Amino acid sequence: MMLRGLWKLTWIELKIFMREPLGAIGTIVVPVVIFIVVGRVVGRGVSPQALNASGFLRVGLPVLASLLIAVSTVLSLVTIISIYREGGILKRLRATPLRPQTILSAHVIVKLILTVATLLLMMLAGKRYYPVGVHAPLFSFTIALLISTCSILSIGFLIASIVPTARFAQPIGAIIFYPMFGVSGLFVPVAALPPAAHAVSRVLPLTYAVRLLQGIWTGDAWSAHIGDLAALALGFVVCTAVSAKIFRWE
Amino acid sequence: MGAVIQVSKVCKTYGATVAVDEVSFEVQDGEIFGLIGPNGAGKTTTMECIEGLRTPDHGTISVLGLDPFRQVYKLQERIGVQLQQAQLQKRIKVWEAVDLWASLYRKNAVDGERLLEQLGLSDKRNAWFMNLSGGQKQRLFIALALINDPEVVFLDELTTGLDPQARRAIWELVRGIRERGKTVFLTTHLMEEAERLCDRVAIIEHGRIIDVDSPERLVGRHCPERTVVLATDDPLAEERFRSIPGVEVENDGGSRFTIRGRGDELVTEVIRCLSENGMRVTDFRTILPNLEDVFLKLTGHSIRE
Repeated sequence: MMLRGLWKLTWIELKIFMREPLGAIGTIVVPVVIFIVVGRVVGRGVSPQALNASGFLRVGLPVLASLLIAVSTVLSLVTIISIYREGGILKRLRATPLRPQTILSAHVIVKLILTVATLLLMMLAGKRYYPVGVHAPLFSFTIALLISTCSILSIGFLIASIVPTARFAQPIGAIIFYPMFGVSGLFVPVAALPPAAHAVSRVLPLTYAVRLLQGIWTGDAWSAHIGDLAALALGFVVCTAVSAKIFRWE
Repeated sequence: MGAVIQVSKVCKTYGATVAVDEVSFEVQDGEIFGLIGPNGAGKTTTMECIEGLRTPDHGTISVLGLDPFRQVYKLQERIGVQLQQAQLQKRIKVWEAVDLWASLYRKNAVDGERLLEQLGLSDKRNAWFMNLSGGQKQRLFIALALINDPEVVFLDELTTGLDPQARRAIWELVRGIRERGKTVFLTTHLMEEAERLCDRVAIIEHGRIIDVDSPERLVGRHCPERTVVLATDDPLAEERFRSIPGVEVENDGGSRFTIRGRGDELVTEVIRCLSENGMRVTDFRTILPNLEDVFLKLTGHSIRE
């Protein structure tokens, strides 16, 4: 019964999202285009030998692009939740027998669907246009990205719980998320970071997401990343528990 | 007939602000009951406590025999709710909203398409919510409040911000809800709305209920003054009017008289005086107090202030 409501709400939210003027383009097309364009610009004139050596082109950029997909969907979730709260939509839905968890689950499902769709599009485009081609275990990588997205989503909910108005949701989210990339080990190895940044890096889930995604992309077994998975799960549980406590419906 | 909603000594405070203070009243089966008062009087808080959206600090509430706090999901299956200033997703279509709402209830929903037709929204079924007019939005919210064929319908400031024409159309719809045998609980700060729509009203101010009764009886109890304004050239008019017991007569120096008295008998008495004396009248008007005057009398200020 409640599944019927969840399915209906998810489907309608997906349709509504596609009707947003920049919704589909912003979350799906832009990351794919960035991935291809940056790949071609960086990859131009690189000899085949150098290509093999270029860790960023082979691993860094695909992982960065994937995480950008995740973060941008999470940011749009934060914005949507705060708009819905401000407009009284959350409250109106809560005045039905719909459980609060169902309302939020529908949004999470929509975001995960969009993440996977964007990732698939990126892979397809990558196989065709990416200078070094895409040679990675795609199914495992998709699962790893979904796990990472869930963990990032829980931070998103935490932000959505505390941002005062919809206007601030997107900028606050961006200010919190994008610096995380700097210390995530994606550009500079974590070990090479100054001690303070190192400490920060260790408590941020993005660090573990980067390690997991890079590992899976280069063919690691899941068993090699139990620690990262555990860290992501822990972050998810903590953030979800805290936001469940402090979430405001109106 | 019986009490559908029972509210007993309900209190709700936000920090240092007392929003609802020892509020008690009952709503009977099949009536339109209005909670009336100025903005910030505690109307919405009271209503949302009854709907199970807020928890009172003290006091007990029973709706259809259910506790709105502990049995909120059971209750929400059986009530329909329209919230003040609520919005829907900007780009949700009218039929999608009705379809979604219909899927949220356990029992079989009423026919959504017919409901849209009854509410005059059929030709808007594919329109986005953001493109509807104020009146159309409110009609959609009424549709959503009725989709589960509820026993009690809650309407919070339903016509605020609508133009008079749209407002009248909505009043007709609310009367239609009562005719289907449902109980309606509404809040409004428009005294005209309460007077035209409600079988009984509770006047609330600063979180306290001041009085509860039908609009007519409230007026009769608190504002028994009646006024007749008439024009006559009869030279003995003033003397004759003064012979009616318990009246005050005022003359503007010309043909116009203002006769003030108390109780429903005044108008009859004036008419009898006119006909017995065969007086020729060129104008005749009665001024009756209304809920607005009752409010002014009970609180010492106008509801608009």
